[in-house]
Formats: sequence, C-alpha cells, structure tokens
Amino acid sequence: MSPMRRKLLRDLLRLWPQALAIALVMAAGVATFVLAVGAHASLEQTRSAYYERQRFADVFARVVRAPDSLGPEIAAIPGVAAVETRIAALALLDLPDMIEPASAMMLSLPDHGEALLNVPVLRQGRAPTPGSDREAMVSEPFAAAHGYGLGSTFEAILDGRKRELAIVGIALSPEFVYTVGPGDLMPDDRRFGIVWMSRRALAGAFDLRGAFSEVSVRLRRGASEPAVIDRLDALLEPFGGEGAYGRDDQASHAFLDAELMQLRAMSRILPPIFLLVSALLVNMTLARLVTLEREQIGLLKALGYSGFAIGSHYVEFAGLIALVGVAIGALAGTWLGIGLTTLYGDFFRFPFLLFQKDPQTYLAAAAVTLVAAGVGAARAAAQVAALAPAVAMVPPAPARYKTGLFDRAVALAQLSTTAVMAARSLVRRPLRTAGAVVGAALSVAILVGSLWTFGSVEFMIDVTFNRAERQDATVTFVRERPVAAAREIGRLPGVIAFEPYRAIPVKLRNGTRERRVAIMGVVEGAELSRVLDERLAPIDPPENGLAVSAALARALDLRRGEMVEVELLGGRRHTQVMPVSEVIEGYLGLTANMRLEAANALMGEGALVSGAHILLDPAHDEAFFAAVKDIPAARFVALQRVALQKFRDTLASNIIIMISVYVALAVIIAFGVIYNFARISLSEQGRELASLRVLGFTPAETSGILFVEIGVVTALAQPLGWALGYGFAAMLAQGFESELYRVPLIVGPEVYAWASLVAIGATLVSALVVRRRIDRLDLIAVLKTRE
Amino acid sequence: MEERAEETRPLIRTSGLTKVYNSGDLAVHALRGVDFEARAGEFVVMLGPSGSGKSTFLNIVGGLDRATSGETIFAGRDIATMSDRELTLYRRDHVGFVFQFYNLAPSLTARENVALVTEIAHDPMRPEEALEIVGLGPRMNHFPAQLSGGEQQRVAIARAIAKRPEVLLCDEPTGALDSRTGILVLEALAQVNRDFGATTLVITHNVAIGDIADRVVTFGDGRIVADRRNAVRKQPQEVSW
Repeated sequence: MSPMRRKLLRDLLRLWPQALAIALVMAAGVATFVLAVGAHASLEQTRSAYYERQRFADVFARVVRAPDSLGPEIAAIPGVAAVETRIAALALLDLPDMIEPASAMMLSLPDHGEALLNVPVLRQGRAPTPGSDREAMVSEPFAAAHGYGLGSTFEAILDGRKRELAIVGIALSPEFVYTVGPGDLMPDDRRFGIVWMSRRALAGAFDLRGAFSEVSVRLRRGASEPAVIDRLDALLEPFGGEGAYGRDDQASHAFLDAELMQLRAMSRILPPIFLLVSALLVNMTLARLVTLEREQIGLLKALGYSGFAIGSHYVEFAGLIALVGVAIGALAGTWLGIGLTTLYGDFFRFPFLLFQKDPQTYLAAAAVTLVAAGVGAARAAAQVAALAPAVAMVPPAPARYKTGLFDRAVALAQLSTTAVMAARSLVRRPLRTAGAVVGAALSVAILVGSLWTFGSVEFMIDVTFNRAERQDATVTFVRERPVAAAREIGRLPGVIAFEPYRAIPVKLRNGTRERRVAIMGVVEGAELSRVLDERLAPIDPPENGLAVSAALARALDLRRGEMVEVELLGGRRHTQVMPVSEVIEGYLGLTANMRLEAANALMGEGALVSGAHILLDPAHDEAFFAAVKDIPAARFVALQRVALQKFRDTLASNIIIMISVYVALAVIIAFGVIYNFARISLSEQGRELASLRVLGFTPAETSGILFVEIGVVTALAQPLGWALGYGFAAMLAQGFESELYRVPLIVGPEVYAWASLVAIGATLVSALVVRRRIDRLDLIAVLKTRE
Repeated sequence: MEERAEETRPLIRTSGLTKVYNSGDLAVHALRGVDFEARAGEFVVMLGPSGSGKSTFLNIVGGLDRATSGETIFAGRDIATMSDRELTLYRRDHVGFVFQFYNLAPSLTARENVALVTEIAHDPMRPEEALEIVGLGPRMNHFPAQLSGGEQQRVAIARAIAKRPEVLLCDEPTGALDSRTGILVLEALAQVNRDFGATTLVITHNVAIGDIADRVVTFGDGRIVADRRNAVRKQPQEVSW
C-alpha cells in the first residue's frame, strides 16, 4: 500500500467520530433516496405486474340494464381488445358478528369459462359453482376482518330478499387493491367487502337475466381511451349508462396513484437536503484538516508530490467517507424500503409484493453522494494544490484580528471576555459559521416539515367531521326514492335528525378539462352535511348554479362566476351550462353542491332523494342498525364516526412510523453538524482553551466558550429552520395533493416548538460529547508547542 | 534584597518529589527525588539541559501536573492532595504563568487577554494597570498579531501579575525572543518581583540570566545538582547574551 493510502486510512481512523457523523448524514440521504425511489418502483412494479397478470381493464362503465347482445357491439369498437360484462350491485349484509350494518359489492363471475378481465386471484378454496345461489367467494380482507374461513356463512339482502351465503372461496382482485365503500372516506374491511357469485344466480336475484349492469374493457396498445369512452357511452346511453371512465377515475387505481405521487415528492425533497448538508460538512472538516496538515503538505510537495496528487488525497478522504455513507445508507434504505412495502401490504391488498432492488437506484444514490462529497472537498483540494511548498512549510501567520464595527458593538454590549472570544471566533470565520447555521437549520426544517402533518390531519378531520360532515351515518338507497322514503328512515328508532340528499353523477367540463363527479343536492339550512365556504363558515348552496370545491375549481380551471358544462350521466341524459356561484372548501375528493330542489329540477324526475344523512342517539344506535337492515330500499350505510376512528388508527400508525423516521434523520443532521462544528472549533481553539485551563479556568468555564458558540449557531438556526421548514411543508403539501385529498397547510406554533426542542436536544448531546474532550485537554502539551 | 528573602518563611517546599512517565514498557524518570525550598519574594532561576526535569518540576509546582510521589507544600498545604477542582482554584488564585510561546488568545486584544484573568480572580488589579506596569498602556487595544514577540510576552506577564499572584512561574520566557527584547521582558519580571514580592521561578537555558536572580538552581537528570546564591543581583540590562 502506498504511504499516501496508508496516511488516508490512518487519518480516517483517527478522525473516525467526525467521519462517521458525516457518513451518517450521507447515509440518511442515500437511505431516503433508496427508500422513496425503491418503494415507488416496488409499488409501481407490483401494481403493473398485478394488473398484467390479472388483466385489469382500462375502461369501466355502469349501466342500469343493458342486454347481453350489446357485448359483441362493444367488442367491435375500434381499439377494444377485450370486453367483459357482468352484474354488479351493492347489497346490505347481515353479519352475525357485528351490530352495525355492512355492505358488499356483489359481482358476477362468468358461468362458462374463466373471467376475461379483472380476474380475481383465488387465495383459498374455489370459485362458486355455476348457477349456485348459495355459494359465494369473498374478498380476503373482508374474510380476515370477520375471521371467516371456507364454509363460513353470512346473510345478504339481495334486492330486498335476505339470503344465506356460504363461503367457498377467498380471493383478491386488481380492482380492489384499495377498497372504500361508497360514501365512506377510508377503507373499513369489516363494513365493506367484495362478494363474487355465479352470474346466473345474481341475474336471478337482481332481475337481470340476459342483461348486465357493468362492463369492463381492455384497450389495444395505442388505442385512444377518450374515443373508446365516447363510443361506449353512445352504445350504453339508451340503457341507462352512467358514463364510462378510465383508470384515472377508478377508485383503487386513483388512490394508488396518489400514493405513488407522494413517494415521488418525498424522493425529490428529502435526499437533496442531506446531500447539501453532507457537502457542507465535508467542506468544513477538510478545510480544517488541510490547515492542520499544512506543514505535511509542504513537505510532500518538497519531496516531489504534485499538487494534484496531494489534492486528490483529500478528495479521496471525502470519497471514502462517502462510500461508508453509501454502504450504511443502502442497507438502511433497503431495510426501511422493505418495511414500507410491508406497510403497504397492510394498506393495499396485493397478492404479492415485489420489493424492487434495482442496482440503478443504488448506483445513482452512490454517484450523487460521491459528487456531493467531491463538491465539498473541492475547495480544500484547490487550496492544497495552490499552496507553494516553501509557504506551506512555514506555519500559517497568526490569526489576524482587527478592530472593527463588530468590536464597537461588543464593547457596547459589555460582554464577558470569554463571550467576546466566542463571538470573535464566529465572526472571523463567517462561511463556516454560516455553514453550521444552515446545517442546523435544515435539521429543524426537516422536523417542521414532517411534524406539521399531525396538526394538519387533525385540522382536516376537524373540518371534515366536525364542521362539514357532522352526521353519524348516511343511508344510501338502491335507487332514487320519493322524499317519503327519507322520512321513513327518519322514523327509525334512534334517529334524532335526518337530512335527505340527492346525488347526481355528472361530467363537468370546461373546454378540454373534464371531471366525473357526483353533484350533491342538499337541503337548505342543513345542520348535518354542511357546505363550508373558503373561510370554513357553513353556507347554503346558491339558489342558482353550483358550489364547487376549490380543488375541483382548480382541476377545471374555473373561477367564481364562470360557466361550466354539466353533462348528466344518469336518467334523462342531457347537457346544461351552469354558473359556478361559489367556490367552497373541502379536503376530500372533488365536490360539487347545489340545492336539493335545483338538483331535482335539473334531473326533471320529480322530488326524489338518493339517501339521507342521519344523526343518531348513541344510546339507541343498535336499534337503528337492526332496523335499517330490514329496510329493503337501503343498500349501503356509511358510518362517519366509525370511519373516523378507522381513519385515525390507520393514519396515526402510518404517520407515527414516518415521523419516527424523519425525527431520526433530523437528529442525525443536527448531531452531525453540531458535532463537527464543535470539533473543528475545538481543534482551532484547543490551544487557547487549554491555556485558559492553565490560567485557572474550570473545565465548565472553558467549555462555556465553545458552548456559547454552539448556542449562538443554534439560536440563529431556529428562525431560519422554521422558515425553511414552512417551505418544506408547503412543498410536501403540494406534492401530496391529489384530486382524492388535499392536506391543509397548517403549521401551528407547537410544530416549531417541538422541532426546536428535538434539534436542541440533539445539539446538547453533541455538545456534551465534545465537552468530554475539553475536560481531557492536555494542559502541558500546549505550553510547549507553538501553533 | 538577599536579606529580605532570608528573613521570610518558605512559601514553596518540595521534598522527595519524583515523577515517572510510563510510556509503554518504558518508564521515564523525569524527577528523582527533588528537595527544594523558595521563600516568599525570592527570585530563582532554574538552569539545566533539556530533559533535566526543570519543566516537569515547574508544572508540578504550578498545579498543572501531579507528582508520582513526594510532597509539594504551598503555604502550608500539600497540593498533591488537592482535587482537580482545588488545583484549578490554586492556579486561579495563587499562580501566575508565563510561557515561551506566550499563549495569548489571538481573538482578544491585549487588554482583553488580561481581563480574561481579572474577571475570575479574587482581588485583581485593573487590566489597564497591569499593562501599564509592563509598559504596554498605549498598546492595550492591539490584538496579539499586531504586537511584537516581546510585547506579546509582556502582555503575558501582565496577565500573570494582574491577579497579584504569590508565585510567578516562567518557563523559558525569553526563549523565543532576541536578546534586546528578552532583556525588556526580564526587566518586567524583575520589576514585578520587586514591587509585588511574588516568588518568581524562571526556567531558562541561558546561563547569563542566572545573574539577575537571588538564587540559581541547576537541574540534571531529574535532580537538583547545584544550588547557588548570588552575592549580588545584577540588573537585567547589565547581562547580555
């Protein structure tokens, strides 16, 4: 091994705590990159493999009742590769193990041959026997939530008639990777499941013999989705088509997309921070090392080593640290990535998970980290190269201090002499001080940028459940009913108040922009399901026109007062132009509201309602649940309070895991920055500090000087960190925003306080570690050496 | 002056002082049983080749290092029995140090360097007063980098005397200076010794400096090999090297 290599390794061993602190910051960058990119790739590849294997459809459409003969006509649409028609209907379930009503999406399986599209993956048992009206295959999460196995039975109310079904198979489906019941906000596997039965049996139960109520289409490569949707809509319209839609509007797919988008946001925001900090640290540390080794450098030059050779020695030093960081980061990132992917396994229902360990990801992370290390080392290397041997072998001129403005300020402030020392040390090396402030600020920023989500989610919950959707339950009817049906619900036991609503599936269009939504017709003076304006005050929907959520307005590029085209997707299909009269607040989904009367006038079918929101007396909710199961018109009951609990549980566990990771990362940065800063400062002032000990300063008084420096850096870092953190929070909020939900950017004072507390804690620990070195300063050695 | 020193009690007394440094398998005997006494106000010059033990001796007397065995009595108390905290206070309140390389804080002006000590000492003089004594009143707002070597050493002396120490310990105070500047520094030391009565121990390689002392103690191989009293103390400007 060449002597230079040997020196490199020994330097690294000697400076291991500092090198390790830098390597850990780099590791954090690599880990977050590998984690985010790896999890993104894993999720995307798992999804696409799943879709491919199970032939997930591209276009979907629901229809009231279309004859089977329409199937071949759909298949003949140019661009269509495969078509599958089926019967799909929601049904209330009566489950022995729970009081609250549950619902299921009943789906037919072909009686002859395999399903062509959206093929379920059989996990246990078998598919129901063709024609059997007693056998059912259920979705795995639903079975798991109830502890059902093969042979378990439950009751379903199919078109008003209660039937006992026996489970013969348990399956997963690419259509339901993420399953939310209609009207629910979060998955609840206890209250909503998928039930597959024989086509013939369901056709009998729902009076759809020779007909279908849902069609799925797989497109040929390169086919135009909008063109196929248009043709499909035209074919289905006479039979009550509700408007075909692509994968973007398919709930499970859209939710997965939102998750993928979040991972992308994470992979773009976090790793660069760590790289920036590690470049700063490498820069600080190497600059000091070069100063300390000035005479050695001069000697090496005198011996005939080129400036380049010595310069690259220091770059290699940074490179080795980076390699250690990459190794630790790659391991940690892989481990975290597997953890996150497993977490997805609980949240998203895949039959398999491909954790992607793409060598390219690791190579990219390594390359970027090495570049950051190189950038950090560049200045030191350049200094080394520029040093003339004769100059280098002479010790550097003593630090030059001159009286300036700063000193007048110091004199005015009447600081103690030790405070003056600390202050001058900070001011004299402004770049390094600034580097430490920025580094420490970034750790605060990461904390602010992650801790805010707690408060934000609570705010979203408060707005959604306490100010807007205040009902305990929402009953959805099988099909639109006269207002009297809602009154019937209102008379059920336990009901304190009720509000009917009408949901109208529409396409809203503004120029080329188009979104499928359900317009909610709501009653005037609503107390349960309320519309909130942008200041979150409840308002009545306008008498004319639509109140659209801010997210929908943005998606359609609409402003208050502009006109929007409303295409009705059900009933008397027609298109009408309407003003946007209000822009309202709403964090979940894209929403549009109008008055119930106006909604009914728009449909022109009389005074009908789709269901009712209900306020329940908690003492009598069991009586209500028992009674509602016997109402033939009800097909689904959403329970907002139960959903909220579920939402909190899921989100809380996810957020806690994510926050723990972020806090760990921020602590690594805070520790790495302050530790290195303090070590370098100690190295520069070691002689002075030891002299102070000789003069009779206690160890505490001596460390005090360094602590004052650290304290000033930390104090300056806080406001900067808060500001940067708010910026990160804003970037994340934007990165997380999808048409499914929006995270309000609320960063409360407690977020800043906690962020600072954690960062200051990490700072204290690193300060105490350095303090131990001050206590062990060699008092005699410093007296015998010149600087 | 000799008489005055004779009359006063011993301020510092060591007996059987030994110091062994263990480096690996090798034991280095830096001091091999040193018996020494200095009276209050005495000016002692310590001579001897490198490695003879004089610096180790000074460090132990100054409370910077601990002896392996033997006693070091300062004003009736054995400093070998002091805790680290007590040693710190001993240095803070009783001992003034002057080193070959000055050991000034480069980020502090001359006045501030002295203030470092006066801020923590018991009954210090004002920094300005200490600097006046060594003739640096007009330069007190200069940083070390703006002062010559001799001036820097005089700042160090001002820093050492500002606390009105009982003992002034100087390790090669003129070692880094030319002879003309060195004499200025010695004058300052002699003046401080005369005016404040601090017991002054000065280590030097320079035999000529011995002439300005009350006593010259010579170290050799960890022991005191000679201890001679000057009949007459020369003034610093009378010596040359």
